[in-house]
Amino acid sequence: MQQAAARQAERERQGARVGISRPHESAHLHVAGAAPYIDDLPELAGTLHAALGLSPVAHGKLLAIDLALLRAQPGVLAVYTAQDFPGRNDCGPILQDDPILADGLLRHVGQPVFAVIASTREQARRAAALAPQALKIEPLPAILSALDAHAQQQYVVPPMHLARGDAAAALAAAPHRQQGSFSLGGQEQFYLEGQISVAIPQEDGGLLLHCSTQHPSEMQHLVAHALRLASHRVQVLCRRMGGGFGGKESQSALFACVAALAALTLQRPVKLRPDRDDDMLITGRRHGFETTWDAGFDDAGRILGVTVDMVANAGHSADLSPPVMTRALCHFDNAYWLPDVAMHGFCARTNTQSNTAFRGFGGPQGALAIELILDNVARRLGLDPLAVRRANFYGPSPGAAGAGDRGHNNITPYEQVVEDNIINPLVDQLAQQCDYSARRAAISAFNDASPVLKRGLALTPVKFGISFNVAHFNQAGALVHVYADGSVLVNHGGTEMGQGLNTKVAQVVAHELGVDFERVRVTATDTQKVANTSATAASTGTDLNGKAAQDAARQIRQRLAAWWAAQHGIDAASVGFANGWVSAGQGSDVARMRFDALVQQAYQARIPLWSDGFYATPGLHWDRVRLKGKPFFYFAYGAACSEVVIDSLTGEHKVLRADLLHDVGASLNPAIDIGQVEGAFIQGMGWLTTEELWWQPADGSKNAGKLMTHAPSTYKIPTANDCPAVFNVALYGAANPADTVHRSKAVGEPPLLLAFSVFLAIRDAVSALAGHRIDPPLRAPATPEAVLDAVDAVRAAAGLAAGLATSSAVGMAAFAAVGLAATPAPAGR
Amino acid sequence: MTQALMPALTPTDPPEPTRPIRFHHRGEVVSVQGLESTASVLAWLREHAHRTGTKEGCNEGDCGACTVLVGELGADGRVAFKPINSCIQFLPTLDGKALITVDDLGGDHPAQQAMVACHGAQCGFCTPGFVMSLAACLERHAAAGSVASRQQLADDLSGNLCRCTGYRPILDAGQQMLRLPAQRLGSAAIAQALQALQADPPLHYAAATPFHAPRTLARLAALRAAKPEACLLAGSTDIGLWVNKQFRALGEIVYLGEVAELKQISAAGGWLQIGAGASLAAAWDALALHWPATREMGLRFASLPIREAGTMGGNIANGSPIGDSAPVLIALGAWVVLRRGEAQRCLPLQDFYLGYLKTALQPGEFVQTLRVPLPETTADAVLRVYKLSKRFDCDISGLAAGLWLRLGGGVVADVRFAFGGLAGTVKRAAGAEAAVRGQPWTEVTVQAAMAALDDDFEPLSDLRASASYRRRAARNLLLRFWLETRADAPLAADKVSVWSRP
Repeated sequence: MQQAAARQAERERQGARVGISRPHESAHLHVAGAAPYIDDLPELAGTLHAALGLSPVAHGKLLAIDLALLRAQPGVLAVYTAQDFPGRNDCGPILQDDPILADGLLRHVGQPVFAVIASTREQARRAAALAPQALKIEPLPAILSALDAHAQQQYVVPPMHLARGDAAAALAAAPHRQQGSFSLGGQEQFYLEGQISVAIPQEDGGLLLHCSTQHPSEMQHLVAHALRLASHRVQVLCRRMGGGFGGKESQSALFACVAALAALTLQRPVKLRPDRDDDMLITGRRHGFETTWDAGFDDAGRILGVTVDMVANAGHSADLSPPVMTRALCHFDNAYWLPDVAMHGFCARTNTQSNTAFRGFGGPQGALAIELILDNVARRLGLDPLAVRRANFYGPSPGAAGAGDRGHNNITPYEQVVEDNIINPLVDQLAQQCDYSARRAAISAFNDASPVLKRGLALTPVKFGISFNVAHFNQAGALVHVYADGSVLVNHGGTEMGQGLNTKVAQVVAHELGVDFERVRVTATDTQKVANTSATAASTGTDLNGKAAQDAARQIRQRLAAWWAAQHGIDAASVGFANGWVSAGQGSDVARMRFDALVQQAYQARIPLWSDGFYATPGLHWDRVRLKGKPFFYFAYGAACSEVVIDSLTGEHKVLRADLLHDVGASLNPAIDIGQVEGAFIQGMGWLTTEELWWQPADGSKNAGKLMTHAPSTYKIPTANDCPAVFNVALYGAANPADTVHRSKAVGEPPLLLAFSVFLAIRDAVSALAGHRIDPPLRAPATPEAVLDAVDAVRAAAGLAAGLATSSAVGMAAFAAVGLAATPAPAGR
Repeated sequence: MTQALMPALTPTDPPEPTRPIRFHHRGEVVSVQGLESTASVLAWLREHAHRTGTKEGCNEGDCGACTVLVGELGADGRVAFKPINSCIQFLPTLDGKALITVDDLGGDHPAQQAMVACHGAQCGFCTPGFVMSLAACLERHAAAGSVASRQQLADDLSGNLCRCTGYRPILDAGQQMLRLPAQRLGSAAIAQALQALQADPPLHYAAATPFHAPRTLARLAALRAAKPEACLLAGSTDIGLWVNKQFRALGEIVYLGEVAELKQISAAGGWLQIGAGASLAAAWDALALHWPATREMGLRFASLPIREAGTMGGNIANGSPIGDSAPVLIALGAWVVLRRGEAQRCLPLQDFYLGYLKTALQPGEFVQTLRVPLPETTADAVLRVYKLSKRFDCDISGLAAGLWLRLGGGVVADVRFAFGGLAGTVKRAAGAEAAVRGQPWTEVTVQAAMAALDDDFEPLSDLRASASYRRRAARNLLLRFWLETRADAPLAADKVSVWSRP
């Protein structure tokens, strides 16, 4: 650590501002409570508050709304319904199937039906809570599960297919077959700052919105459509979010549109901040997936052919489900060469919240399936799962020596060539650093001697494609102002949600202009500064906006260099910018000047000191019908090894140790990147372990069809005690071969997949109960109940197969020693 | 005791004079009136004092973004600070106390310095809450002259959720904070101000929901008898949610938090007596002192801020079938002392619960004391308490068990198996106990008890667990209990629980 700090200090002394660990630009404000979020902004005089009345049924015809009852409540000024939007009552980001307020049909418990505007937030909330009394409804039968919808062929978009070769023939010819299925729950983003929008009327029919959103431009467009305004009348601002994780990419729109409608109609500022419970009942989250597969493989565990059906719970509307499914299909391969493959994706329509973006965007759901398959293959063949994974890795990318060689086994099912594969050396390094083989043996010995507790280990890789699958989203703009005093202001199209985007962009600009970090400020994302921005999503925030800001800063630098060089009769290309100085020449001929002084002179010489910048990711193309092309600029890689212990009596588990090695290219800010890697891992771990979404069955009860885990009291994200006691996290450190900003790589989403290692380690521990002969039917999240179900199933199966396997017999003998073998097999669930 | 000299309140007494809420904040005594008594400390901070550093994440005391410190004058004349969830704490409960929030730390408190240096904040929204919990940890350890371990830091942060960092840098920050020069929050000025506030008469606060804070047990008993419909309020860790989430009207509030006698904990005459107003933190500490097997349950009971605010009396009195105190106390053979006016009566705790959210409390009656028979040093008794939930920290049990038995003459002489989460109330497993009582404590016996357990309960399926899991896990917990306590080669805790700590 000290060495790294010394190296960094030397780099900084030489003028580098990237590749430097430094605190988040707002860290000093965060810790003092002095970083304002939207609800912290002083309220303008006359501000009104909105609250949403929610559907109490999962499916039903809306017959009437008792507006008189609602309007009669204390403090209520207005009540709005679907009919009140002058434009389109829709906030769907892709399809127009997403009413802002329910119109005629109620589609899930929690769907907003009306908006109450009152003098205080509490008055608005109290009135809105009368929804069950105010709504006259004819209930309809509800579909709550993705599999039920699939059985009835209820989809939000037509099924998608991505195939290569002849999977059926490869399966038929394969020496071994393995079929299975997997039930994977969804995940709530649980941004700590809930959804919020404040709309303020502006002159001449305009609106200013403060909106906690990852996509200000889309909020602008959707508000404009809903209110029948031109985009230039709607300004959306977002300085920072208290977390987004995908949950504020499209789904901030409903809140923005309602606040905007009320503000425009009443000509008063209107704030809409739903309570946490309402937020979770209204908005969607990561899609739960039901996956079934048929895999054929050889004696070494190499996959020869595989078919897979993925059924996603899309919820009541399309939202972002189509691209989520696309990414799931494009990540089923994860790090593996799958010669013949047929994938089918179904976005099932259910009477639940409309599911949306969440860190990974379908990639994790797709990739986890192949990891389960490879684990089962290893178990079938009696091989170490890591050996089977290695046997299936994409072929190494040829280095310089192999120029012209396109490599082998390196074409993805969607026909993109994997040109930057580093998974083999990365996994080798991790396996060695975490002492994989020795620990595998130690765990086996532990398990033989431990009747109740069992340990498990898993090492899993990640390959994740970087770019939006839709090529035209891969663009960004920025504005850089250098003021006459030499201070620098940056604005770009990305949004800050804690990921450190503004910090990295400021570092890039400071590096470009050779000034200290403190001289650069990044300001709120503002649709009036950079137009037509893309969502800060798909991990692309820094790749896109960093490049755009670099472009802007570089133009200013080039102008300054040209002007200064002309003054001194030197070559502009030889002018350097570093550490607050501009210099040219060498030795005694060196000319130097303070950056601030140069700027002052340039201003007086009427040199423009601001610039825009633009970036479009090169080389991308995508055929949305065939699902083929080059959707990704490059891939990010990583691997993790986790060790867990489970309790075979209760199904509880604890993560004992995790070792992470992740590829962020040449890091712009190692501290921030480590923070992203660790945070994603723990978040992914939560998804796969404690975070269970539970809907009340359609049982005719008052809560039928309602998401009952709609607050942190019932929905359990990890806490500090869930962070593994031994947690080794490192960056891989190889520069990105693709021409990204300073050869860095995107980091937001890929490390979430590192948490597969936790789930597979739990599965490994369950598998140890029967000598690793039976595939544990473990669903995710691996709650104590899910683990105990798997334990009991494995035990029951082993009972049937007793005596067949030596190692299994040893396991059972250990049980017998404590009387467990006599435990009656439990009833199924 | 002075209350004996005070006359009992009768319904015919004239109403007590009302006064504003007074507390110390930012160097001065703040006086509040005209605000609803159920307004939260957080609402006052953000909407009335316009101090927006403290955040609202969930409005139910489960995320910790709203954590603030409340200071009270200790017996030593110093101010002791406790972290609480300001979103569910009603403002009148601050009366006579000191309030410190993130806006008051100045930016260079060791917790703040360390959080910046260790990259402990990403989106920053949970950060003020973490800073306050860390500051509370620093205060507590500075006062005790101890240094928190990384494990203790994690335990102290059990009520703070962070969705960005994964906690490693926050734990690092906690450890770095402890290495920085300590900065204490309790100044002599605050102590003086609190001293002066003690001269105020007991708080009677006029609002749509009148708020009374008697200071003696006798006054409380009289008020309660006179106002049997009033809402008894202690830590507001449950009642705060009735207001925030369900908009329930409370009518009139009688607050227990100012009755010092109700907070007393004593061990004498063969009984551990826990005043109903003692904090959960203090009560669990006391239990763990006498029954080390309860320590983990105490640690897993909600979060530290909830344990500091909430009371064990409240947890017992609300009659919830999933409260974690009751299974433990019933297994220990605890009694509950109920009081109405001058009259007291004693009930075995197991008889206190009549049905789902129904207790034996009569109108005008309240829980005064919990009485737990202290362990006899000679007795061959064993106790284990188990909690099953999706998350280790701050989660509501799917299933909780208090399992106790005493061996004598080679057989189980006495037994109490109490389970929460299996029925409409916390309840003893009569059939399983019968299968064990008088039998040798053997595998055959425990198998019989496990089988009998099936007929003891008809559990429900809900968001926390299915009926099937509850049945299987309950059986297996009996087995775990036997494995841990059998005569022959009993298994140590680290052989049967993933949570066991060295």
